[in-house]
Amino acid sequence: MKKLLIPTLALVLAAASASAASLAFDFKDPKGVNNATFKLDAPLEAISGSANGISGKVMFDPAKPASLTGKIVIAAKSLHVGNPVMLEHLHGEGWLDVSKHPEIAFEVVSVKNAKTTGTATTADVTGKFTLKGVTKDLTIPAKITYLKDKLKARGGQQDGDLLVIRSNFTIKRSDFGIKPGEAEDKVSNEIEIGLSVAGASPKA
Amino acid sequence: MNKTLLSLGILVSAVGIVWWFAAGANTGWTKTSVQRLERDPVTEIETPVWDNRFVPGIELLAVAGAVSVALIAAARLLRRKTASQT
Repeated sequence: MKKLLIPTLALVLAAASASAASLAFDFKDPKGVNNATFKLDAPLEAISGSANGISGKVMFDPAKPASLTGKIVIAAKSLHVGNPVMLEHLHGEGWLDVSKHPEIAFEVVSVKNAKTTGTATTADVTGKFTLKGVTKDLTIPAKITYLKDKLKARGGQQDGDLLVIRSNFTIKRSDFGIKPGEAEDKVSNEIEIGLSVAGASPKA
Repeated sequence: MNKTLLSLGILVSAVGIVWWFAAGANTGWTKTSVQRLERDPVTEIETPVWDNRFVPGIELLAVAGAVSVALIAAARLLRRKTASQT
Protein backbone atom coordinates (compact mmCIF):
# COMPACT_ATOMS: atom_id res chain seq x y z
CA MET A 1 0.00 0.00 0.00
CA LYS A 2 2.81 2.35 1.00
CA LYS A 3 4.64 1.46 -2.21
CA LEU A 4 1.66 2.61 -4.27
CA LEU A 5 0.86 5.69 -2.21
CA ILE A 6 4.21 7.44 -2.65
CA PRO A 7 4.30 7.35 -6.49
CA THR A 8 0.61 8.35 -6.62
CA LEU A 9 1.26 11.30 -4.34
CA ALA A 10 4.28 12.28 -6.40
CA LEU A 11 2.18 12.17 -9.57
CA VAL A 12 -0.59 14.28 -8.01
CA LEU A 13 1.95 16.83 -6.78
CA ALA A 14 3.64 16.98 -10.21
CA ALA A 15 0.29 17.51 -11.94
CA ALA A 16 -0.70 20.17 -9.43
CA SER A 17 2.57 22.06 -9.87
CA ALA A 18 2.27 21.83 -13.67
CA SER A 19 -1.25 23.29 -13.67
CA ALA A 20 -0.21 25.92 -11.14
CA ALA A 21 2.45 27.16 -13.57
CA SER A 22 -0.17 27.63 -16.28
CA LEU A 23 -1.85 31.02 -16.27
CA ALA A 24 -5.47 31.53 -17.28
CA PHE A 25 -5.98 34.34 -19.81
CA ASP A 26 -9.41 35.83 -20.42
CA PHE A 27 -9.89 37.20 -23.95
CA LYS A 28 -13.05 39.21 -23.26
CA ASP A 29 -11.59 42.62 -23.95
CA PRO A 30 -13.27 45.68 -22.42
CA LYS A 31 -11.03 47.94 -24.53
CA GLY A 32 -12.42 46.46 -27.75
CA VAL A 33 -8.96 45.98 -29.25
CA ASN A 34 -9.25 42.25 -29.97
CA ASN A 35 -10.27 41.62 -33.53
CA ALA A 36 -10.51 39.21 -36.40
CA THR A 37 -10.28 40.38 -40.00
CA PHE A 38 -11.44 38.61 -43.13
CA LYS A 39 -10.98 39.11 -46.86
CA LEU A 40 -12.59 37.47 -49.87
CA ASP A 41 -11.42 38.31 -53.35
CA ALA A 42 -14.05 39.68 -55.75
CA PRO A 43 -13.83 41.16 -59.29
CA LEU A 44 -14.56 44.85 -58.59
CA GLU A 45 -13.30 45.11 -55.04
CA ALA A 46 -12.17 42.60 -52.40
CA ILE A 47 -14.73 42.11 -49.64
CA SER A 48 -12.93 42.89 -46.43
CA GLY A 49 -14.25 43.36 -42.96
CA SER A 50 -13.64 42.72 -39.31
CA ALA A 51 -15.18 41.37 -36.12
CA ASN A 52 -14.62 42.50 -32.57
CA GLY A 53 -16.94 40.30 -30.52
CA ILE A 54 -14.10 38.20 -29.14
CA SER A 55 -14.20 36.07 -26.01
CA GLY A 56 -12.63 32.88 -24.70
CA LYS A 57 -10.13 31.49 -22.24
CA VAL A 58 -6.61 30.19 -22.82
CA MET A 59 -4.22 28.42 -20.43
CA PHE A 60 -0.59 29.27 -21.04
CA ASP A 61 2.61 28.34 -19.24
CA PRO A 62 5.39 30.83 -20.12
CA ALA A 63 7.99 28.12 -19.35
CA LYS A 64 6.25 25.62 -21.65
CA PRO A 65 4.60 27.56 -24.52
CA ALA A 66 3.66 24.31 -26.28
CA SER A 67 1.31 23.52 -23.40
CA LEU A 68 -1.17 26.12 -24.68
CA THR A 69 -4.81 25.06 -24.44
CA GLY A 70 -8.12 26.87 -24.66
CA LYS A 71 -10.72 28.33 -26.98
CA ILE A 72 -11.24 31.66 -28.77
CA VAL A 73 -14.79 32.56 -29.75
CA ILE A 74 -15.98 35.24 -32.21
CA ALA A 75 -19.58 36.45 -32.08
CA ALA A 76 -20.72 35.98 -35.71
CA LYS A 77 -23.05 38.98 -35.41
CA SER A 78 -20.04 41.25 -34.82
CA LEU A 79 -18.71 40.67 -38.35
CA HIS A 80 -18.87 43.96 -40.22
CA VAL A 81 -18.30 45.19 -43.78
CA GLY A 82 -18.71 48.75 -45.09
CA ASN A 83 -21.46 48.04 -47.63
CA PRO A 84 -24.90 47.58 -45.96
CA VAL A 85 -26.25 45.21 -48.65
CA MET A 86 -23.17 42.98 -48.36
CA LEU A 87 -23.50 43.06 -44.56
CA GLU A 88 -27.10 41.87 -44.80
CA HIS A 89 -26.07 39.03 -47.14
CA LEU A 90 -23.09 38.11 -44.92
CA HIS A 91 -25.28 37.76 -41.80
CA GLY A 92 -28.12 36.14 -43.74
CA GLU A 93 -29.18 32.52 -44.17
CA GLY A 94 -27.22 31.98 -47.41
CA TRP A 95 -23.91 32.99 -45.93
CA LEU A 96 -23.20 32.81 -42.17
CA ASP A 97 -26.78 32.54 -40.85
CA VAL A 98 -25.75 34.32 -37.64
CA SER A 99 -29.08 33.85 -35.87
CA LYS A 100 -28.74 30.05 -36.16
CA HIS A 101 -24.95 29.89 -35.77
CA PRO A 102 -24.00 32.73 -33.42
CA GLU A 103 -20.41 31.59 -32.76
CA ILE A 104 -17.24 31.09 -34.77
CA ALA A 105 -14.71 29.24 -32.62
CA PHE A 106 -11.21 27.82 -32.54
CA GLU A 107 -10.38 25.28 -29.85
CA VAL A 108 -6.71 24.37 -29.39
CA VAL A 109 -5.93 20.65 -29.56
CA SER A 110 -2.14 20.59 -29.88
CA VAL A 111 0.86 22.87 -30.41
CA LYS A 112 3.83 21.83 -32.53
CA ASN A 113 7.11 23.36 -33.73
CA ALA A 114 7.13 25.89 -30.90
CA LYS A 115 10.14 28.22 -31.10
CA THR A 116 10.64 30.88 -28.46
CA THR A 117 12.72 34.03 -28.89
CA GLY A 118 12.51 36.43 -25.97
CA THR A 119 8.85 36.90 -25.13
CA ALA A 120 7.54 35.64 -28.46
CA THR A 121 6.80 32.07 -29.48
CA THR A 122 5.95 30.95 -32.99
CA ALA A 123 4.18 27.64 -33.38
CA ASP A 124 1.84 25.56 -35.49
CA VAL A 125 -1.38 25.31 -33.57
CA THR A 126 -3.79 22.52 -34.43
CA GLY A 127 -7.37 22.89 -33.33
CA LYS A 128 -11.02 22.49 -34.09
CA PHE A 129 -12.35 25.41 -36.13
CA THR A 130 -16.12 25.85 -36.15
CA LEU A 131 -17.90 28.04 -38.69
CA LYS A 132 -21.61 27.97 -39.53
CA GLY A 133 -22.02 24.88 -37.38
CA VAL A 134 -19.36 22.88 -39.24
CA THR A 135 -16.25 21.82 -37.29
CA LYS A 136 -13.00 20.96 -39.07
CA ASP A 137 -9.46 20.23 -37.88
CA LEU A 138 -7.17 23.07 -38.84
CA THR A 139 -3.47 23.78 -38.30
CA ILE A 140 -2.63 27.47 -38.23
CA PRO A 141 0.63 29.36 -37.74
CA ALA A 142 0.53 31.49 -34.62
CA LYS A 143 2.70 34.04 -32.86
CA ILE A 144 2.18 34.04 -29.11
CA THR A 145 3.66 36.92 -27.13
CA TYR A 146 3.76 36.80 -23.35
CA LEU A 147 3.82 40.27 -21.79
CA LYS A 148 4.62 39.87 -18.11
CA ASP A 149 3.20 42.53 -15.75
CA LYS A 150 1.78 44.59 -18.63
CA LEU A 151 -1.90 44.43 -17.69
CA LYS A 152 -1.81 47.64 -15.64
CA ALA A 153 -0.06 49.48 -18.50
CA ARG A 154 -3.32 49.20 -20.46
CA GLY A 155 -5.02 51.52 -18.01
CA GLY A 156 -6.56 49.01 -15.62
CA GLN A 157 -6.37 48.88 -11.83
CA GLN A 158 -5.12 45.32 -11.51
CA ASP A 159 -1.63 43.92 -11.84
CA GLY A 160 -1.21 40.97 -14.14
CA ASP A 161 0.07 39.61 -17.43
CA LEU A 162 -1.04 39.80 -21.03
CA LEU A 163 -0.94 37.17 -23.75
CA VAL A 164 -1.11 38.34 -27.36
CA ILE A 165 -2.00 35.80 -30.04
CA ARG A 166 -1.67 36.62 -33.73
CA SER A 167 -2.44 34.36 -36.65
CA ASN A 168 -3.11 34.61 -40.38
CA PHE A 169 -4.59 31.68 -42.22
CA THR A 170 -6.86 30.78 -45.13
CA ILE A 171 -9.96 28.60 -45.19
CA LYS A 172 -12.34 27.58 -47.96
CA ARG A 173 -15.95 28.66 -47.50
CA SER A 174 -17.11 25.51 -49.32
CA ASP A 175 -15.57 23.39 -46.52
CA PHE A 176 -18.00 25.02 -44.08
CA GLY A 177 -21.13 24.78 -46.20
CA ILE A 178 -21.11 28.45 -47.23
CA LYS A 179 -22.53 28.40 -50.76
CA PRO A 180 -20.27 25.51 -51.87
CA GLY A 181 -19.52 25.71 -55.59
CA GLU A 182 -21.69 28.80 -55.97
CA ALA A 183 -20.74 32.23 -57.31
CA GLU A 184 -16.99 31.56 -57.16
CA ASP A 185 -16.52 33.92 -60.11
CA LYS A 186 -18.09 36.70 -58.00
CA VAL A 187 -16.69 35.88 -54.56
CA SER A 188 -13.61 33.70 -54.02
CA ASN A 189 -13.87 30.36 -52.27
CA GLU A 190 -10.85 31.26 -50.14
CA ILE A 191 -11.30 33.44 -47.07
CA GLU A 192 -8.17 35.06 -45.63
CA ILE A 193 -8.53 35.36 -41.87
CA GLY A 194 -6.39 37.40 -39.49
CA LEU A 195 -6.64 37.06 -35.73
CA SER A 196 -5.12 39.60 -33.31
CA VAL A 197 -6.18 39.09 -29.73
CA ALA A 198 -4.88 39.87 -26.27
CA GLY A 199 -5.92 38.04 -23.13
CA ALA A 200 -5.54 39.22 -19.55
CA SER A 201 -4.43 37.23 -16.53
CA PRO A 202 -4.96 39.41 -13.44
CA LYS A 203 -2.96 38.57 -10.34
CA ALA A 204 -5.09 37.55 -7.39
CA MET B 1 -38.87 71.62 -72.67
CA ASN B 2 -36.08 69.86 -74.58
CA LYS B 3 -33.59 72.51 -73.38
CA THR B 4 -34.67 71.92 -69.77
CA LEU B 5 -34.20 68.16 -70.16
CA LEU B 6 -30.80 68.67 -71.80
CA SER B 7 -29.67 71.02 -69.03
CA LEU B 8 -30.97 68.59 -66.40
CA GLY B 9 -29.09 65.70 -68.06
CA ILE B 10 -25.83 67.63 -68.10
CA LEU B 11 -26.41 68.80 -64.51
CA VAL B 12 -27.06 65.25 -63.23
CA SER B 13 -23.88 63.96 -64.84
CA ALA B 14 -21.81 66.93 -63.60
CA VAL B 15 -23.15 66.71 -60.04
CA GLY B 16 -22.65 62.90 -60.03
CA ILE B 17 -19.02 63.16 -61.18
CA VAL B 18 -18.16 66.06 -58.83
CA TRP B 19 -19.83 64.32 -55.83
CA TRP B 20 -18.07 61.02 -56.57
CA PHE B 21 -14.69 62.77 -56.91
CA ALA B 22 -15.21 64.92 -53.79
CA ALA B 23 -16.11 61.84 -51.74
CA GLY B 24 -12.80 60.18 -52.59
CA ALA B 25 -13.31 58.73 -56.10
CA ASN B 26 -14.10 55.28 -54.65
CA THR B 27 -13.76 52.72 -57.44
CA GLY B 28 -15.43 50.06 -55.28
CA TRP B 29 -19.01 49.65 -54.06
CA THR B 30 -20.88 52.29 -52.04
CA LYS B 31 -20.13 52.20 -48.32
CA THR B 32 -21.97 53.58 -45.30
CA SER B 33 -19.05 52.97 -42.93
CA VAL B 34 -15.35 53.26 -43.51
CA GLN B 35 -12.53 51.41 -41.78
CA ARG B 36 -9.47 52.98 -40.17
CA LEU B 37 -6.80 51.33 -38.04
CA GLU B 38 -5.97 52.13 -34.42
CA ARG B 39 -2.87 50.75 -32.73
CA ASP B 40 -2.89 49.65 -29.10
CA PRO B 41 0.41 50.92 -27.62
CA VAL B 42 0.86 48.03 -25.15
CA THR B 43 -0.07 44.97 -27.22
CA GLU B 44 0.72 46.64 -30.61
CA ILE B 45 -2.49 45.14 -31.97
CA GLU B 46 -3.95 47.08 -34.90
CA THR B 47 -7.70 47.30 -34.56
CA PRO B 48 -10.07 48.20 -37.41
CA VAL B 49 -12.45 50.94 -36.26
CA TRP B 50 -15.56 51.70 -38.34
CA ASP B 51 -16.63 55.33 -38.82
CA ASN B 52 -20.13 56.03 -40.11
CA ARG B 53 -19.53 57.85 -43.39
CA PHE B 54 -21.29 57.65 -46.74
CA VAL B 55 -18.91 57.02 -49.62
CA PRO B 56 -20.54 56.78 -53.04
CA GLY B 57 -19.29 53.88 -55.12
CA ILE B 58 -18.93 53.18 -58.80
CA GLU B 59 -22.57 51.96 -59.04
CA LEU B 60 -23.92 55.38 -58.01
CA LEU B 61 -21.69 57.02 -60.62
CA ALA B 62 -23.12 54.57 -63.16
CA VAL B 63 -26.71 55.43 -62.08
CA ALA B 64 -25.97 59.17 -62.44
CA GLY B 65 -24.50 58.47 -65.90
CA ALA B 66 -27.52 56.38 -66.95
CA VAL B 67 -30.01 59.04 -65.74
CA SER B 68 -27.99 61.71 -67.54
CA VAL B 69 -27.92 59.74 -70.82
CA ALA B 70 -31.68 59.08 -70.54
CA LEU B 71 -32.44 62.78 -70.01
CA ILE B 72 -30.21 63.88 -72.91
CA ALA B 73 -31.75 61.23 -75.19
CA ALA B 74 -35.26 62.38 -74.20
CA ALA B 75 -34.28 65.99 -74.96
CA ARG B 76 -33.00 64.99 -78.44
CA LEU B 77 -36.12 62.96 -79.16
CA LEU B 78 -38.30 65.86 -78.15
CA ARG B 79 -36.30 68.26 -80.34
CA ARG B 80 -36.65 65.93 -83.35
CA LYS B 81 -40.40 65.61 -82.73
CA THR B 82 -40.81 69.39 -82.45
CA ALA B 83 -38.72 69.94 -85.60
CA SER B 84 -40.80 67.45 -87.63
CA GLN B 85 -44.06 69.07 -86.51
CA THR B 86 -43.00 72.56 -87.69
